[in-house]
Amino acid sequence: MKLKTFRGGVHPLYAKELTSHKSIREMKAPSILVVPLQQHIGAPTKAVVKPGDEVLMGQVIGETDQPVSAKVHSPVSGKVIAIEPRPHISGRSVLSVVIENDEQDRWVKLDTHFDPIQLSREEILAKIFEAGIVGMGGAAFPTSVKLKPPGQAKIDFLIINGSECEPYLTADHRMMIESPDDVILGAKLLAKAVGASKIIIGVEDNKLDAIKVLEEKKGSDAISIVALDTKYPQGGEKQLIKALTGREVPSHGLPFQVGVIVHNIGTAIATVEATRDGRPLIGRVVTVTGSGVSEPDNLYVRIGTPIKDVIEACGGFNGEPGKVIIGGPMMGLAQFDLDAPIMKATGGVLVFTQDETVQYDPMPCIKCSRCVDVCPAYLLPLRLEKYGMYDLWDEAADYGAMDCIECGCCTYICPSKRHLLHWIRLAKNEIVSAQRRQNS
Amino acid sequence: MENNANKRLLVVSPSPHVRDGDTTPKIMFSVVLALFPVIFASIYFFGLDALRILVISSVTAVAAEAACQSLRKKPVTIYDGSALVTGILLAFTLPPQIPSFAVVLGAIVAIVIGKQIFGGLGYNPFNPALVGRAFLSVSFANLMATWVSPFDAVTVATPLQLGSGVVPYAELFFGNIAGSLGETSALAILLGGVYLLYRGVLDYRICAGYLGTVFVLTLVLGHDPVYHLLAGSLLFGAIFMATDMVTSPVTPKGRWIFGIGAGLILVIIRLWAKAPEGVMYSILLMNMLTPLINRFTRPRIYGQGVKGNA
Repeated sequence: MKLKTFRGGVHPLYAKELTSHKSIREMKAPSILVVPLQQHIGAPTKAVVKPGDEVLMGQVIGETDQPVSAKVHSPVSGKVIAIEPRPHISGRSVLSVVIENDEQDRWVKLDTHFDPIQLSREEILAKIFEAGIVGMGGAAFPTSVKLKPPGQAKIDFLIINGSECEPYLTADHRMMIESPDDVILGAKLLAKAVGASKIIIGVEDNKLDAIKVLEEKKGSDAISIVALDTKYPQGGEKQLIKALTGREVPSHGLPFQVGVIVHNIGTAIATVEATRDGRPLIGRVVTVTGSGVSEPDNLYVRIGTPIKDVIEACGGFNGEPGKVIIGGPMMGLAQFDLDAPIMKATGGVLVFTQDETVQYDPMPCIKCSRCVDVCPAYLLPLRLEKYGMYDLWDEAADYGAMDCIECGCCTYICPSKRHLLHWIRLAKNEIVSAQRRQNS
Repeated sequence: MENNANKRLLVVSPSPHVRDGDTTPKIMFSVVLALFPVIFASIYFFGLDALRILVISSVTAVAAEAACQSLRKKPVTIYDGSALVTGILLAFTLPPQIPSFAVVLGAIVAIVIGKQIFGGLGYNPFNPALVGRAFLSVSFANLMATWVSPFDAVTVATPLQLGSGVVPYAELFFGNIAGSLGETSALAILLGGVYLLYRGVLDYRICAGYLGTVFVLTLVLGHDPVYHLLAGSLLFGAIFMATDMVTSPVTPKGRWIFGIGAGLILVIIRLWAKAPEGVMYSILLMNMLTPLINRFTRPRIYGQGVKGNA
């Protein structure tokens, strides 16, 4: 059988065997948690608690009336000890609520439903909004907003992204194996919320066990489980849509414009917890991995747990670490301050040893065009790189810099070890700032 | 202070944090490896002359590269293998009896005028080895047109000068014919080509476009297509010269156009210009068009020209 896939992409070393067989283990919440008031794309929330307040587990601690945002809840019960800028995985400091854990795990009153699929569309959306759910695959776009596309957009496909194409990460894989019923139910709830008649769960064929168990549990012909070729970035939203539906999202557009909405495995499960159990999003599964970690594992971690505590929970560093990455090796963010906390969209903590931490010296471009061959957006990365290096922003825009999805395939494949994506990102930033200046 | 000095800080760099294992020097040396069957064939057929030219050309090319970079106070990068490739390729385009001084001159021109003047690796518009050969063929026309038979080195005409039907296909294929050092044995060239394809270094579009166009056009025009593929340096040019990454287009469509264009020019030269060979000029002319081809063959970007329903 020919597997579905997209054009372009690369085959990095997947290294998933470090954790793919390890069941999700709940990590004990640390004594101090740091919960950023912004963990999503959109407007930051405002703190609705103040230092000294007692908070319950699941209590709202940050919200806003801005349309694009997501509520923030206390991941433990305890006391607010500070509201101040704290290190954040972006490298900046972000206003955060610092909570001292009383280790009681006293919940707020939860509104549970035995059979959430009976809820109306509006009720599901309201519960997702109340629970502060965001896209848990990395982008962290507020889910309730994504489920209400503007205008009269008709959505016919709901896609659940189970490809988990980032090397090393196995959080989605474990969730599919351990909670297949919740994945299916979550998919149905999300489909109902957006009015989609068809559900596709796309899974890379390196997770055949997950495909098998989902196939057994789906129980409905409205859901199809589709095996995808194992290739990065198979889980890129636009690549996944092309592979599964043959549709192409318009340039600078969004999936709803072609009748598709994509959600992540974690988001589907969080939706079930929000509707059935009434539980807000206060924790998530994180793969803690890499040869720089003593005991790589899949952990259920409370939001706000500092990275250093998560690594400690996996036996600490294995030797002297060289690089600590939040996310996977292809798109993750390298960290310098391990006090930064796990957030709603943090799927992985990857530690490289010093030997693995290689810094590359670029050689001249020999125009081998491997970057062109692997670019899943069909761009000419070598061109965009040059335009980025020489401040040619108009040319970069003309050559489609804004269509770049920043997957990193070009930099990965470059035999001259050039930092292509770095320069393309710079060009994108400059193009956006120029537009902003023009509009203001 | 001492504590800080001992503790190495975490490295922060932009994603991606992993890289493919292939490198530009590895690509260059894979080309050198792919040239080995041709090296053996040339030494087998033309003996010590082949060895002499290969060594002089390679050493001069590498030395010229080092000298240029030293003069420009740039890091010397002879270990990337690119100058070595140019040296070997130039040697293979030369006739077996060419005097050593001409080889030295050719290699210097190839590296200095063909490559370093433009900024070195990656910046040259023309295939450096062919620039060297072009220089020699206009400067020493008679030396560059003196061909000898294999083994006994008797002055003879090349199969292309003799015309089709004179030399059996088998001789053309195995290389027991007169010609430039590297062009005679189709078998050796194909072996190298297969390895490069397997290695992911060779672009099939340029080869297929080039060879396919020559085959079809000569067939349509009533000539012997197999003879035209095997005689002369077409096969060598199609596999080792036209596919030079630096001087060929980067777009998929552009590579087809490059190959087809080179084929077209070759057929025109061979059939109407009354020149027996045309591989060098067909490739150099297409090198010249490469920036233009790149400009007009930009791939359609994902999602461009797609209309959403909202």
